[in-house]
Amino acid sequence: MLLCALSIFGIVALIANELVMSSKLTLAKFGLKFFVGSAWDPVNEDFGALPFIYGTLVSSLVSLVLAVPLAVGVAVFLTEMCPKALRGILSFLTELLAAIPSVVYGLWAIFVLVPLLRTYIDPVLIKLLGWTGLFTAPDFGIGMFAAGVILAIMILPIISSLTREVMSAVPYSQREAVLALGATRWEMIRMGVLRNARIGIVGSIILGLGRALGETMAVAMVIGSSPTISKSLLAPAATMASVIANEFAEASDDTYRSALIEIGLALFLVTIVVNMLARLLVWAVTRGAPARTA
Amino acid sequence: MGCDARRAGEDGLATDMEKQLKSSALNRRWRWFTNHLATVLAILATILVIAPLVAIFINLVYKGASSLNLNFFTKIPAPVGEEGGGMANAIVGSAVLLGVASALGIPMGIAAGIYLAEYGRGTKLSNVVRFTADVLNGVPSIVMGVAVYALIVVPMKGYSAFAGGVALGIMMIPTVGRTTEEMLLMVPHSIREAALGLGVPNWRSMVSITLKTAMPGVITGCMLAFARVAGETAPLIFTAFGNQFWSTALNQPIAALPLQIYVYALSPYDEWHRLAWAGSLVLIVLIVVSVSLVRYVTTRGVLKGAS
Repeated sequence: MLLCALSIFGIVALIANELVMSSKLTLAKFGLKFFVGSAWDPVNEDFGALPFIYGTLVSSLVSLVLAVPLAVGVAVFLTEMCPKALRGILSFLTELLAAIPSVVYGLWAIFVLVPLLRTYIDPVLIKLLGWTGLFTAPDFGIGMFAAGVILAIMILPIISSLTREVMSAVPYSQREAVLALGATRWEMIRMGVLRNARIGIVGSIILGLGRALGETMAVAMVIGSSPTISKSLLAPAATMASVIANEFAEASDDTYRSALIEIGLALFLVTIVVNMLARLLVWAVTRGAPARTA
Repeated sequence: MGCDARRAGEDGLATDMEKQLKSSALNRRWRWFTNHLATVLAILATILVIAPLVAIFINLVYKGASSLNLNFFTKIPAPVGEEGGGMANAIVGSAVLLGVASALGIPMGIAAGIYLAEYGRGTKLSNVVRFTADVLNGVPSIVMGVAVYALIVVPMKGYSAFAGGVALGIMMIPTVGRTTEEMLLMVPHSIREAALGLGVPNWRSMVSITLKTAMPGVITGCMLAFARVAGETAPLIFTAFGNQFWSTALNQPIAALPLQIYVYALSPYDEWHRLAWAGSLVLIVLIVVSVSLVRYVTTRGVLKGAS
């Protein structure tokens, strides 16, 4: 038993070791320059991961901007407002959203979401927000924005279920105290619940961020796979995870493969740090609360 | 003079009160408004969240159901340009991969869970293990794929079903371990004490009493992990690699349902798109059934003996 429990450490150590060993080539050749260089030229063996780091950060940011208000809204509705009969069904549906495989999201995004964005939503964004430079033509439908939208749909259930958990951990006496002072329901939620749960909510958002950073298939299918940094969100781009998925099988020489593995190593370290942070925050809030039932 | 001043003062007081009354009425209206606005926004958010789910399911059924026939389950993919063909090899391949993954992930996960709940309860080591398991759960699956590629594919000099199964199996360990632990913790102490009081050795009470009581929960945990890795694509791209033909050999590349969906979705052929939708429908049905089953078991008190 102890051995199996310790094997979890072993696995983490093994992954880290394998990734470092297999990316030695580029670690030695490029050093830290690997993370600031923006050239991605497999033919001339010149590799810089900046476009992918940028792509990962921006697509995750877009997804968080879209998902966080919605997720908190759902959590508020489900914990504080929803009639009991509806609550079970709705929370089951949001759980289902979390269970859909990434590749099915990708398939749906290619054939339904991307045409929808291209014909209806993107033109409106270009018209209204074109002056910011973030939404400019040419628009192919696929690209950073499409990836952000599908990511938002995917991380929503994670953020909302954890937010629900920390919100239900807020003791009832808090709510009753605020209501007794004559607050409306929204004031009660804002002052009595959200303010007390804010650290946990931040934790759940960071956990969602961790998922968004590493999400691969759906993003790889709609982001357009182009190692470029462009200001427009409608332009094709690539993320750290998507470039590995798209190029690894074709990477023929050792340096190319080593560069991709080094991106994997960076992704591994970043997601570990993000997840640790999130877990600590959620743990800090729910520590004293009774265990959630069902 | 003084009288006038007093009158002016009283007038001022009256207007102040009027102002206050007016502002409190305004304030009340404003609070009423924000309260209802918040309610409407929360409901709107919920609708917006459910909408994609409904859209995905409608699309899957609409586009996938028509392609689900006997051929889909019995034939291997037809060459490009030919009608017909199915995904039989991918379904069998997925089964092989999941078999390997379960053989690795479930025993190790359960053992880790037993350690956390029974032997290491409250110790510093078990807290660190629990934390690491949660963090491991958050490691992107593509990273798992790359690591297993370096670990198994490179030394074995070729893509293989075995490598794919190991990648999936590793991903199952933290999920299975954590749910097993949670389920074991739900078993009341009195049951354990009763067994120990009868002079049963510790390990025997562990296996025949605690684990047995928690079994339905442990099984649902395993199914949850199973359903989760059944849809994984990223760790398979460069471990199992995919295969257009029949293969069940562990040392050969093997087809897998999610992998096939990925390849078909990105292809330019309508026939293949059709198969991708059908494959997704099969995958979703599998996952929805297991998730619903898990929910049914955990909420309907099958665990009653344990709680």
